[in-house]
Amino acid sequence: MEERTNRRSRIAALIAGATLLAAACSSGTASSSPAASSGGGGSAAPSAAASGGASAGASGGSAAPSSGGGDLAGQSVTVIGTWGGDEEKAFHQMVAPWEAQTGAKVAYTGTRDLNTVLTTGVASGVLPDLAGLPGPGQMTQWADSLKDLGGVLDVPTYTSETAPALVKLGTVNSKLVGVFIKTAVKGLIWFDPKVLADVGTTPPATWDALQTYITTNKSKAQSPWCLGVESGAASGWPGTDWIEDIVLRQAGPDVYQQWYQGKVKWTDAAIKTAWTTFGDVVKNSFGGSATVNSTNFANAGDPLFKTPPGCMFLHQASFITGLGGFKTAKSGTDYNFFQFPDINTQYTGAVEGAGDLFGMFHDTPAAKSLMAYLVTAPAQDIWVKIGGALSANKNATDYPDDISKRSAAILTSAKIFAFDASDLMPTAMNDAFWKGIVAYIKDPSQLDSILSNLDTVQTSAYAAP
Amino acid sequence: MTAPIGVVAPVAQQQVVAKRERNSRLGRLPIHLTIIILLLVWMIPTIGLFINSLRPTADVNNSGWWTAILHPEQLSFDNYAHVLAESSIGPAFINSLFITIPATVIPVLVAAFAAYAFAWMTFPGRNVLFVIVVGLLVVPLQTTLIPILQLYGPKGFNIAGTFLTVWLAHTAYGLPFAIFLLRNFMGGLPREVFESAAIDGASPVTSFLRLALPMSVPAIAALVIFQFLFVWNDLLVALVYLGSSPQNLPLTVTISNLVTSLGGGWEFLGAAAFISMALPLAVFFGLQRYFVRGITGGSVKG
Amino acid sequence: MDPRLITAIIVVVGVPAVLIGYIILTEQILRPIPDRRRVTLRPWLWLLPALLFLAVFLIYPTIGTIIHSFQNTAGTKFIGLDNYVYFFTSPSTLGALKNNVLWVILLTLLTVGFGMMIAVLVDRVRYETVAKAIIFLPLAISMVAASVIWRFMFLYNAPGETQTGTLNAIVGLFGLGPFPWLQIQDFSFNTILLIVVMAWMWTGFCMVIISAALKGISAELLEAARVDGANEWQVFRRIIFPLLLPTLAVVATTIVITALKAFDIVYVMTGGNFDTQVMAQSMIQEMFTNGNFGRASAVAVVLLITIVPVMALNIRRFQAQEAIR
Repeated sequence: MEERTNRRSRIAALIAGATLLAAACSSGTASSSPAASSGGGGSAAPSAAASGGASAGASGGSAAPSSGGGDLAGQSVTVIGTWGGDEEKAFHQMVAPWEAQTGAKVAYTGTRDLNTVLTTGVASGVLPDLAGLPGPGQMTQWADSLKDLGGVLDVPTYTSETAPALVKLGTVNSKLVGVFIKTAVKGLIWFDPKVLADVGTTPPATWDALQTYITTNKSKAQSPWCLGVESGAASGWPGTDWIEDIVLRQAGPDVYQQWYQGKVKWTDAAIKTAWTTFGDVVKNSFGGSATVNSTNFANAGDPLFKTPPGCMFLHQASFITGLGGFKTAKSGTDYNFFQFPDINTQYTGAVEGAGDLFGMFHDTPAAKSLMAYLVTAPAQDIWVKIGGALSANKNATDYPDDISKRSAAILTSAKIFAFDASDLMPTAMNDAFWKGIVAYIKDPSQLDSILSNLDTVQTSAYAAP
Repeated sequence: MTAPIGVVAPVAQQQVVAKRERNSRLGRLPIHLTIIILLLVWMIPTIGLFINSLRPTADVNNSGWWTAILHPEQLSFDNYAHVLAESSIGPAFINSLFITIPATVIPVLVAAFAAYAFAWMTFPGRNVLFVIVVGLLVVPLQTTLIPILQLYGPKGFNIAGTFLTVWLAHTAYGLPFAIFLLRNFMGGLPREVFESAAIDGASPVTSFLRLALPMSVPAIAALVIFQFLFVWNDLLVALVYLGSSPQNLPLTVTISNLVTSLGGGWEFLGAAAFISMALPLAVFFGLQRYFVRGITGGSVKG
Repeated sequence: MDPRLITAIIVVVGVPAVLIGYIILTEQILRPIPDRRRVTLRPWLWLLPALLFLAVFLIYPTIGTIIHSFQNTAGTKFIGLDNYVYFFTSPSTLGALKNNVLWVILLTLLTVGFGMMIAVLVDRVRYETVAKAIIFLPLAISMVAASVIWRFMFLYNAPGETQTGTLNAIVGLFGLGPFPWLQIQDFSFNTILLIVVMAWMWTGFCMVIISAALKGISAELLEAARVDGANEWQVFRRIIFPLLLPTLAVVATTIVITALKAFDIVYVMTGGNFDTQVMAQSMIQEMFTNGNFGRASAVAVVLLITIVPVMALNIRRFQAQEAIR
């Protein structure tokens, strides 16, 4: 250390430093200058409060020189979601027209730790304006902090443009708190039409017919099924989709509903049969159970495109078209799909779907405007056109190819529509479900203990807090 | 107070002579062999990622990274270009700097004061208090997020989203280890130096600034390296405390956003990791010159 | 110029100035106080900034955690030891505890052992800095990248397919079939693999600190010993190792605590499946996924209690140190 100057200058530096520090605290916020705000009244004194849009509340967001000539010029809406990479780009494209029209900006943060951020946010009051919600189950937990969208959206229009099941899922105690921005169809059976030409023109209508087809055409591929459940901390979820599809068609929508509501036990005969049916699929999967557990779901379908083909079919949701081998393959020529066949003809026409749910934590004018925009058909058309997503709005029909058109039609015309059951279960149950699948694939002989363990989790997961 | 400087020179000189003699005396080969083999094994995983980051995704899925060694013409920096072209990379990098530098400087200083007090001042309850401070190392970061965010949020001081939040938080999180390390090092400094300084009439402040700090430079250098690294690579703390101001988010968030929620785009993570690693490595190399013998000017006692 | 740049400069220059000014100021404050009182008061003034930070950011939340561990999720009523009972009777907990024991023992041995060995060896070669950089690199590379790196190492392709994972390719050279490494639960093999990954990252940490301490050992002392005819192993065992012991204790304590809190590696690589779960993971799960703060707090408190023996050892060590000094 160099020579220190005398004490007096030390004290002077102390005072100076302290003053500067105090000044720093007040200006060390967002990069906006404390200039006069435009639009709705902004904060006057440079208080330490002006952060993003979170504390905007009545004051209408951070001040900045206005861009477009819109009526919300200079304001910003903070949005948080799990989308990253291409998804994030798609979302930005989706909101671009709104930004141009209103002059406001969307400040988006993407994170895989959405649960952590929102849990801490709800507990402390530090929240974004809009947020992607992990699922309807979680949304119910935060219903008190979410704003009522009844005054934000044109509710009659919204209800007419959206499937009733989706509207209902976003409602808690007659308060509409969540809306779906995009959706997906689950349980489509994908195949390569160059290998299995006939199955595209005349898909098997029942599960038994499918099994017969598999037996007859065994020689066309190494194994009947492609399956991969690895997904980091969520490993196992593709297997849960399988079980859900089977329960829905084997035991029916009523059992399905009671099951995800926790009123039907996992050790119940109907559920257990679903698991053993799934077990047959695992036995007939490419590479065996070790491969199933270590292959990431995005690449699970790659053997479809190998020569010679590794498998005949892949069971996966509509969003697979943007992942793995599907990304570089040609829609319609290299891959196609048919719907999951009926198992019990009593429950014909059942479809399982899922979607991305959005909610609002702060009802600033800009946030309200953005929310109202996001549910419209033109907005959702933008993402739909990019590909890999289906819209929740019935009037958004700008699908880029035949496959997505067909997927969307399945959703809108479903006779029996069921939402992804595991997304509707409490998260503790959902997580145990995933882990149960992985354990079952590893060692099918453990099924009984796995199911009774799930029952134990069920008892505490559905209990009131 | 020139004693330390006077001691350094002859020791440094003796060092050079000693090392030269040692070089010729021993069988150096076993040491070199052990080190080289260890280094190679250590590097293989990283080299694997580096080579894969230079290959197109389809190749990565179809063949192991070692196959690319035979076909170097297929390697390209496309992934790196894509990451660098990401519009928010520049601002995020600056944000990371804004977050990391103060969050490194402050804890080191605060810890130095506390470490000196624990090491060279006697007071009742010293050891117990010290152990409590170190024991705080085990407090899981996640248990502090909600209480602190409540303090930062609208119900508290309302500073959420500003850099001050992460500076204060990282300082606090880094203190237990910093105090632990510095106290241990300062405690090992020769007692005579401080005693003779006290006899000469130096105040504790002077002893601290002119003796303890200079002699603790290796430990301080190590601490700076680690604190810088941990704050630079941190994702969760920044996300939770700065999340309401997306324009303030650091590089780690931008990198994690290169991947979609379904995992698409993971091929960019490797390239991003190497880009992000450059600065902490530079800090590491830059501080290596403080890891030299002779600064403590004497034997380190137990 | 970005206004934040000014703020940052103010902070980086101003705060150290303020802090050092504060310390100098303490001497002024103490001047009027009688000598004896001054000696007892001074340490507390020096400790004040650190204690303030720790009290607000670490102690206050911990008190909240301890209280929460006896409450239900909503924090509205006390339910006694229910959360602890749940934790200790849940089937996954015993597996987690067993794994944590393995983590603590193995991680400490590997990182401290290798860290010391490397620090001592490279101290003697000219390319010391490069060697240390290579060992240090994994720590710098961040958890996200480390998980991708080891994904490539452990990758498993179906038997008969080309193996793209490094380990499987290597054992393939010896004609051994591909192994799903992270699924092998026998003898906790997969947990051991995860510990190896973590050791790969943290050995650099131990090495840097031990290297710093190593430089504090006078060259004259070592030279004298060598001139007296001691061979390298004796020099290490009799001189270097004893002098390094306090540093080794610091490093080992830190690693033990890191092992107890480890969860990132497990979370990303196996998600806790295949019998690899650890306590910290169940805590975070309860807290953020299940939203059950009561149970999460109970796990956190258990973590706090487990380090009490480690801390007791450290107290014992300090008291012995004081006696020598």
